[in-house]
Amino acid sequence: MTEMGFYGTALPTVDIEPYAGKLIVIEGTDGVGRSTHVTLLRTWLESIGYAVLDTGMTRSILAGRGIKNARTGHTLGRLTMQLYYAADFADRLENQMLPALRAGFIVLTDRYIYSAIARAVVRGADPEWIRAMYGIALVPDAVFYLRIKSAEELAARVLVSGGGFDYWESGMDLGLGDDYYDSFIAYQKLLLREFDRMTGEYGFHVIDAGRPVRRVASELRRAISKVIESDKIVESDLHAGAVLGTKEKEAVKIEAIPKVKASETVIAKESSKTAP
Amino acid sequence: MPLSKFVNVMISYGYHRYPGRLFVVEGTDGSGKSTQLQLLYQWLKAEGYPVFFSEWNSSPLVKDTTRRAKKRRLFTPTTFSLLHATDFADRTERDIIPPLKAGAIVLADRYIYTAYARDVARGCDRAWVRELYKFAVKPTVAFFFRAPLDIAVDRISSARPNLKFYEAGMDMDWSDNEEESFKIFQGKILQEYDHMVNEFGLTVIDGTLPIRSQQRQMREIVSRYLKEKLKEKVAVSK
Repeated sequence: MTEMGFYGTALPTVDIEPYAGKLIVIEGTDGVGRSTHVTLLRTWLESIGYAVLDTGMTRSILAGRGIKNARTGHTLGRLTMQLYYAADFADRLENQMLPALRAGFIVLTDRYIYSAIARAVVRGADPEWIRAMYGIALVPDAVFYLRIKSAEELAARVLVSGGGFDYWESGMDLGLGDDYYDSFIAYQKLLLREFDRMTGEYGFHVIDAGRPVRRVASELRRAISKVIESDKIVESDLHAGAVLGTKEKEAVKIEAIPKVKASETVIAKESSKTAP
Repeated sequence: MPLSKFVNVMISYGYHRYPGRLFVVEGTDGSGKSTQLQLLYQWLKAEGYPVFFSEWNSSPLVKDTTRRAKKRRLFTPTTFSLLHATDFADRTERDIIPPLKAGAIVLADRYIYTAYARDVARGCDRAWVRELYKFAVKPTVAFFFRAPLDIAVDRISSARPNLKFYEAGMDMDWSDNEEESFKIFQGKILQEYDHMVNEFGLTVIDGTLPIRSQQRQMREIVSRYLKEKLKEKVAVSK
């Protein structure tokens, strides 16, 4: 059981009581392979008998659709955007993550408050303001930060994935560069700096994501098995991934397929038209 | 590279310096604040000032989300608070700051104090909600129309016999009876407003006075902050 702890003020009307599940966060900037690893971990955890809930930004019933619509028009003001994301987060925390944790699930979340904080701060938000806003967040059982050293390396990974540069992932709203590439590099540099700053503050477990997917995946498994009562995971469980199962192979393949959805590609094209 | 070269760094409450003026009205439902603001608007326009109006819950970006959440009862006190703050941020960035920068007068029907009163009544932490709205522009004058609870409740019940779920605070399980729940909710809200009079220097107007005398007071106070120079902006833009 984990004691329920919050970064700041506890959520109102939520019973503070120990929960049986584990909250595990996979963080990192754009293109480090977070979603691939969430998929791999989910498959692995389920294969050894753990119930898993996975979640991620803009996946709330409350605000997910609203944020996506607002992003499409590029009309979202900087402060408005931060609050919209916080509403999406709070809805998922209260209605997805907490109930699952109480029921003993392992909650794997693709990004948590740290990405939201980094994005807000590079957009001029007061760092204390955004941290206080996310004071309602539950302190996770572990935060794995998939770290890529340089923005140039991230750019290369985005290109390999075949998806191309996205308007928001390139920080085009900030006017940091004349084109998507320059802007992506400048924006991701700023984000990386914020993540490095948060590493000590929030106790990130840093994982070098520049290595092959399998190496990263096996490090994650080892670390996570320690989080989930290590005595219950036997050595053979850990090596369940030494030979990739079919599902996992698919997950690895997914990484190579462009992750950008059709609608986002359209947006990217539209915005490149309007770019000078 | 310094970030401030690219982005406008967030300015906190009380630190904005704009040539325009911001007047806001606050009060419980049925306190008569909207009527008074409408009268003020007509007067300022007739006097030749450039005036803009901003209402609570009016952001086009958030409207659909809020409407759907109310209909399907998806809100918790925290998400209710955050979504209304999102709406307010959009209003601030779109409708409030630009006219103030341009030297216009902005009138707001309900402002951050509505959120402070309502969200705290719903159990949100006082300090947390205040921090959430730290980006808000401090009004030139914030009027608080104070009406005793029974008068406000009477006015609302006669105007709107069917209270909405969240309006009546039915999400809080204070009472199964809508009217009863509404009264409890409004009572808590009024208590919060009373706390805020000193905290934020709200200008209290007695909401039981005749409409015309309330308006006279309001115009007298507003006129202290008006300058002929504010009118010139209109002449230039025309």
